[in-house]
Amino acid sequence: MSQAERKIPAPPVNIEIQPYFDAASQGRLLVKRCTACGEFHHYPRAICPFCGKDATEWREASGKGTIYSYSVMRRVPAPYALAYVTLEEGVTMMTNIVDCDLDAIRIGQAVRVVFKPTEGGPPVPMFTPA
Amino acid sequence: MTIKGKAYIAGIFEHPTRKADDKSLAQLHAESARGALEDAGLTRKDVDGYFCAGDAPGLGALSMADYMGLKLRHMDTTETGGSSYVIHVAHAAEAIAASKCDVALITLAGRPRAEGMATGTAPRNYGVTTPDVPFEMSYGPVVVNQYAMAAMRHMHQYGTTGAQLAWIKVAASHHAQHNPHAMLRDVVTVQDVLDSPMISDPLHRLDCCVISDGGGAIVVVKPEIARSLSRPKVRVLGAGEAPKHQMGGKVDITYTGAVWSGPAAFAEAGVTPADIKYVSIYDSFTITVLITLEDLGFCAKGQGGKFVSDGNLISGTGKLPFNTDGGGLCNNHPANRGGLTKVVEAVRQLRGEAHPNVQVKNCNVALAHGTGGSLGSRHGSATVIMERE
Repeated sequence: MSQAERKIPAPPVNIEIQPYFDAASQGRLLVKRCTACGEFHHYPRAICPFCGKDATEWREASGKGTIYSYSVMRRVPAPYALAYVTLEEGVTMMTNIVDCDLDAIRIGQAVRVVFKPTEGGPPVPMFTPA
Repeated sequence: MTIKGKAYIAGIFEHPTRKADDKSLAQLHAESARGALEDAGLTRKDVDGYFCAGDAPGLGALSMADYMGLKLRHMDTTETGGSSYVIHVAHAAEAIAASKCDVALITLAGRPRAEGMATGTAPRNYGVTTPDVPFEMSYGPVVVNQYAMAAMRHMHQYGTTGAQLAWIKVAASHHAQHNPHAMLRDVVTVQDVLDSPMISDPLHRLDCCVISDGGGAIVVVKPEIARSLSRPKVRVLGAGEAPKHQMGGKVDITYTGAVWSGPAAFAEAGVTPADIKYVSIYDSFTITVLITLEDLGFCAKGQGGKFVSDGNLISGTGKLPFNTDGGGLCNNHPANRGGLTKVVEAVRQLRGEAHPNVQVKNCNVALAHGTGGSLGSRHGSATVIMERE
């Protein structure tokens, strides 16, 4: 935690996913849901990966979830925790666990979303113990 | 249509270099091609089908056909990372069965060491148009920490331990001591693995494969040509391939695409895991081997840790000898892509040409499996089963 801060690369935003990062800039986490089959999915797509219909819409997520898996990357100047977090909405997303003791992270732990600035791009959602 | 018995692996070659400062990438491909053709007793002029993947320079098959002076009537540049070459064997057999070519050449080469490439701990750049990149790259997913997440979840769900993973490295090191070309020839213990530096929890340095330059090649031919050659005959019995990904957010990284490629290969081959005398299992990391063995049906799901323990993968003493060349963990991982060398060692075993200290007795049926990409996000799985005739 006291080590050098890891620089967070900016995500390469494109027109299909612009709303996700616009919302992130406002501190809101969006997920996509298909109005045809009702399934949530992540990462967000215009075409539903479950039913193939182009009937997906943005929904605001609660921002609450649990850690599905994680790994603390040690052999770098600033160790960091890569993780998958399963959101209340049911989808699991790749992220980082931040603002905590990296050695205390556990699978199943409850977490909540926080937004962290990137190098010259929109902020990205990360998670911290709830 | 089936590929069973329709094609034979007539030539194999593993480039002996592990650091190729003095050779170009195209040169390594061509030297590997020459080696495999010489092994088969064929020449460049016999080749009418060519297979390569993302490691080939320039426009892939076009650039390499140009460099090697090949006249072709069939090309395939299927790219699934390190598993590509296992798929190429299957696709070569399919092409031969469909009379699209008679002599298929597959090559692989790379020089990540000579180029000083940061391999396992730096992000791979798949380009900004790759749809997952905006949702992942900011979080620092590199090769090792993605595989580590798969290991962490497997440990959580099934009670797998670091010591069990370490047994996989121990077995590989027992084999590598007999391979003069292997990068790491020292026999290691479970404790050595656990005492090596933690790279990304729970994977230690010795859970990771080597980084090496090199290459290799395989020649697949139609039966009539195989029968005209003097080498032992190894025929393709069956194959399977599948992508495994995040499934729209229903992420489960405790299994691999081997749950699909394996059954497909076994069904086509008409054999079961009990018939397999030797396995080459892609070993980018110890966890890759453990999960793959479960998914291929060599043990029940979740029992991989117990299965690999106590030397069960060591040739001569264990029930299922694996990667008798030392594998990626100790011998060679050319171009950061280990699929081709998996097939090569399986063919050596079937021919009876493995090192005498690791040669499996009566090795008549063998399996090679490739994993390309990442267990932690998306990968290509490929299985091929071969038989000595």
